[in-house]
Amino acid sequence: MDFLISFVLALVALLILLQLTVLLLWVERKGSALIQDRVGANRANLFGGLLPFNLGIVNTLMADPLKLFHKEDIIPKDADAFLHWLAPFIAVLPLFVTFAVVPFGDVLVLGERVINLQAADVNVGLLFVLGMVSLGVYGVVIGGWASNSRYAFLGGVRGSAQMVSYEIGMGLALVAVVLTYGSLDLQEIARAQGQLMWGVIPAWGVFYQPLALVLFFIAGIAESKRPPFDLPEAESELVAGFYTEYSGSKQSMFMMSDFIEVAIVAALVTTLFFGGWQVPYLYRDGFHLPGGFFFGVPSLVVTILQVGAFLTKLFIFCWLQILVRWTYPRMRYDQLMNLGWKRLLPIGLANVVVTAVLVLALEGFTVP
Amino acid sequence: MNPYIALLISFALCAIVAGIMCGASWLLGPKVENKAKSEIFETGNPPIGSIRGIRFPVKFYLTAILFVVFDIEVVFMYPWAVVFRRLGWIGLAEMAVFIAVLGVGLAYVWRVGALEWD
Repeated sequence: MDFLISFVLALVALLILLQLTVLLLWVERKGSALIQDRVGANRANLFGGLLPFNLGIVNTLMADPLKLFHKEDIIPKDADAFLHWLAPFIAVLPLFVTFAVVPFGDVLVLGERVINLQAADVNVGLLFVLGMVSLGVYGVVIGGWASNSRYAFLGGVRGSAQMVSYEIGMGLALVAVVLTYGSLDLQEIARAQGQLMWGVIPAWGVFYQPLALVLFFIAGIAESKRPPFDLPEAESELVAGFYTEYSGSKQSMFMMSDFIEVAIVAALVTTLFFGGWQVPYLYRDGFHLPGGFFFGVPSLVVTILQVGAFLTKLFIFCWLQILVRWTYPRMRYDQLMNLGWKRLLPIGLANVVVTAVLVLALEGFTVP
Repeated sequence: MNPYIALLISFALCAIVAGIMCGASWLLGPKVENKAKSEIFETGNPPIGSIRGIRFPVKFYLTAILFVVFDIEVVFMYPWAVVFRRLGWIGLAEMAVFIAVLGVGLAYVWRVGALEWD
């Protein structure tokens, strides 16, 4: 039974992620159209016009992936076939698994059973996330190398240098977060944010670590290789960067890995800084409003509200990243490296030291 | 149940899904051999040849080395951050020395121009 529950939870986590990435593809196409004042993709039909009506929204939700999966899989003749296969697999697998440690709700009470809404309740969740996200660099490097093409190679080299540079900034931002919570367990971090500051404001991480939020968000966007940090792909310079020589479903895996990283960054921002699944004032038995008011809510409704809150916050931060992507122009490579090494790294170090001093000096600064 | 078993289940599930998605084109797509198609794309010009043994700026290598140095140091901070409250001021002082050494290293690297890209 435990086994089955784990399987279902893993499936739910994976499905949330997959649905979200496909949805984000559509949101990105329609959102960019909105930003650029055009209509965007709005037509879809089956088998060249079999249906009498327009499927509209379905086009990117279903038609795009289906169409890509039906394209020919081309491996260039000088390429290393095995590595060419391995790269897209390695690019997405760690990212898929990352979502397993992200809690998407508190607990689900079914009869006597209390299910923790997290696919794998690992006590080093944050470390696991960092490790998995940094494995993403292998997809880029191997993809760039295996294709045996100059453009792909340049993209791979650029991508590796960029991703490792920003990993340091990301790691340092998260050290400060760990200092505040004293835990690496994402579920515990989310639970700790259910408390209130001065009885009114929810004790979310953003009030304790605003600087870490900014650092983490910047580093996260850079890790996902999307504009303004899209130098590994840079379509105006390197064709398509490290996946120039990919087609069909393997190419769509690389495209998807970008969106998965968007979703993961959004999930981490939500969990670490914005209370995860917490709805302000909502506890397991109902709403405890400031001033002693209490509304009882059935436990199932509480769970649904919390999962809904998590997904809503997740989506807000995904949208924020899409806004950033369509707002800023691409950086130059030296600007990119300067930002990573000369800004994020020293600021991150300073933030760690200041946080550590504050945690020890002020009792109330920490989220216990 | 051990949470790592749950993680393993998750891993297996994701590996299957990722494998199917990677192989979808190979299974479903057409397979038409064509000389021009199997060549690499160099914006329409005939490809110049293999990249094996190609030269690229040593800066990337330097960045990788610096990454190893600094990222390992960041990794050391995680266990410290978790038990930080039990260690108290002494732990902070020790870590401050560690971060100072790191800061000096960063200042040195910055000064000699290892972080410059031109």
